[in-house]
Amino acid sequence: MRAADALCEALKAEGVEHVFGIPGGANLPTYDALYDADLLHIQSRHEQGAGHAAEGYAKATGRVGVAFATSGPGATNLVTAIADAMMDSVPTVFITGQVRTELIGTDGFQEADVTGITLPVVKHSFLVTDPRQIPQYIHEAFHIANTGRPGPVLVDVPQDLSRADIEYEPAEGSPNLPGYKPTTEGNIKQIRIAAKALANARRPVIYAGGGVVNADASQELIDFATSDKLPVTLTVMGLGAFPAPHEQWLGMLGMHGTRTANYAMDNADLILAIGSRFDDRITGKLSEFAPRAKFVHIDVDPAEISKNVPAHIPIVGDAKDVLPKLTREYRALKADTSRLDEWWGQIREWQAEHPLGYADSSDSVIKPQFMIEAMYEATEGEAIITSDVGQHQMWAAQYYHFSRPRQWINSGGLGTMGFGLPAAIGAKVARPDDTVVCLAGDGSLVMVCQEFATAAAHDIPVKVFLMNNGYMGMVRQWQELFWDGRYSSVELGDSPDWVKLAEAFGWSAARCDDKRELTGAMRDALETDGPVLLDVHVDKTENCFPMIPAGAAARDMVG
Amino acid sequence: MEAGTPDLVKLEDLQVGKMLTGRKHILSLLVENKPGVLARIAGLFSRRGFNIDTLAVGPTEDPDISRVTLTLDGAVHPIDQVTKQLHKLVNVIKIRDMEPDQTIAREMALFRVQAAVENRADIMQFAEIFKARIVDVSRRTLTIEVTGTQDKIDSFERMIRPHGLIEMARTGEVAITRSRSDQ
Repeated sequence: MRAADALCEALKAEGVEHVFGIPGGANLPTYDALYDADLLHIQSRHEQGAGHAAEGYAKATGRVGVAFATSGPGATNLVTAIADAMMDSVPTVFITGQVRTELIGTDGFQEADVTGITLPVVKHSFLVTDPRQIPQYIHEAFHIANTGRPGPVLVDVPQDLSRADIEYEPAEGSPNLPGYKPTTEGNIKQIRIAAKALANARRPVIYAGGGVVNADASQELIDFATSDKLPVTLTVMGLGAFPAPHEQWLGMLGMHGTRTANYAMDNADLILAIGSRFDDRITGKLSEFAPRAKFVHIDVDPAEISKNVPAHIPIVGDAKDVLPKLTREYRALKADTSRLDEWWGQIREWQAEHPLGYADSSDSVIKPQFMIEAMYEATEGEAIITSDVGQHQMWAAQYYHFSRPRQWINSGGLGTMGFGLPAAIGAKVARPDDTVVCLAGDGSLVMVCQEFATAAAHDIPVKVFLMNNGYMGMVRQWQELFWDGRYSSVELGDSPDWVKLAEAFGWSAARCDDKRELTGAMRDALETDGPVLLDVHVDKTENCFPMIPAGAAARDMVG
Repeated sequence: MEAGTPDLVKLEDLQVGKMLTGRKHILSLLVENKPGVLARIAGLFSRRGFNIDTLAVGPTEDPDISRVTLTLDGAVHPIDQVTKQLHKLVNVIKIRDMEPDQTIAREMALFRVQAAVENRADIMQFAEIFKARIVDVSRRTLTIEVTGTQDKIDSFERMIRPHGLIEMARTGEVAITRSRSDQ
């Protein structure tokens, strides 16, 4: 069998049903094999779109997302998506074509050393040097992408090798990777110590992140938190892992988190970090972060433990394995819940004093926060929401009260503008029965607007609610607050005409600039078949608050 | 059970380990003998801002496995974090942070020094003291091979430098654990 056909067989053997990508010279054999293969290929319009779609697919389901690109520029266009998947631990496999073996190293046409270029942003990569390696490498790539701390794996296949004839034998069982043995089971002695420390804590906080979502351990987190009255805060990557309406929920923490969550971290005596990594957007000024706290750090990646904040009780393991054990050990101690009364008194005080809020307009002007509330209402809080990075992302995190994991798909670590639309396409392909809404920023959406064509051509009925303020809003906010209002190259003006643009791509589209009509316009968009854009004109200069200025301490929040 | 009973862990008793050890560390890595492995290791170090003092790569008794020996300053780098990051590389099979008193470490160095007739005897005497070998001679220079610990080579360098050091090449340390006496 042709190696390219074997590649498709190997993908199917891993359970792959959908692939995102674009053909080109060096991956022609693979696309020829796709012609007959029983795989659904979504033809993106830019490789970055294919990459983010694969991420959206993976984030919505937990299954490995797959994207194809050709050599050279096709492969380099994937790099942003690969880096994004690395930062947010998204299980993905990227398969690139490479120039013919004899051309490698000669600066051949469309040659780029993609394994070299991506080295710092992949979990692992393979350069195929013998066509018989292909089925095995694919098997290993999926195993690495989807076990331990998930992440992107690249397989680079020279054109001539994918045309070669090989004997295909499906690779089975766990691959033999002597240097790859992720620890998933937490050490029970450490877990016991953590439980005993927690039983003694008077001001504990659970600070959980995307690791809980990746581990599908949301229920385990709820069970643990409610085994006593433990306060819970989540990172932007963790939203949905603990239901926002819950009485033990403090809101998101970090730069644009709630004052309650950040003050709780600042005053905590014991912080239980679960699948979270003390990113600078969480800690603010590291030397003043949670100065009164001892740390239990649970993570499947040992290198995250004590990387930024030294852990007093490190526990390496998968949240799915560790949390039930921790709950059991903690319950057995029958800790006195009343010891937390004073702490909860303080928390309730903060909540009453500093609720999330904004000054709504008294006229028809749509405040961005109002837009998120309208979106919550129109979707009944049930939609899968994707977003990019920036103000709209933070407002969604604050005001769309995510109640289940994998409901919120955004670019947290890399902070990629333009992530939302292709991610929504990927999520909708993966979850056709769910409503998928891309809450887009106008700065972000224009970067990936070619993907309108992808959704139209494949009739993927995503809904884009565009928060249009005519600015790269978060950058404008920083220029206003920290750069003396010197607005440098941040205004986007009124180009493009989004309704015309979307319609030109074959989408349905409408505009809304009156808040009294907004929820209705959103409902109309949701009920319209096919992909729909709703261009929502919001207050141009609203700022996202509260905020910890970069490099400041949590207690110095502003706004 | 009441909060604060002795059976529980008192929060004030919880301590974190020291991040910096303050001494030199020799890390011995067994890695898969595959293309690009060294690039992954070097890339990791530059990306994370770790500074390698010396690096030596060579085969082991198993042709599929290579050994990378590198030395790092534990006063500057959290060695624990370095090894954990290295462990994440799929091609890295095993890492050993060598215990100084249970390790035999050796480095080889070649020195070309100015050796006019009048100070040639002095230099040869130094070489003798350091059990170094003269491996090449010309009218005005001597080339000397020294093997030993990093410290020994450092001190040989200090002795020989005033005589006119023209060129120096060092291999970086390689290391192996001592056998226990009953083995």
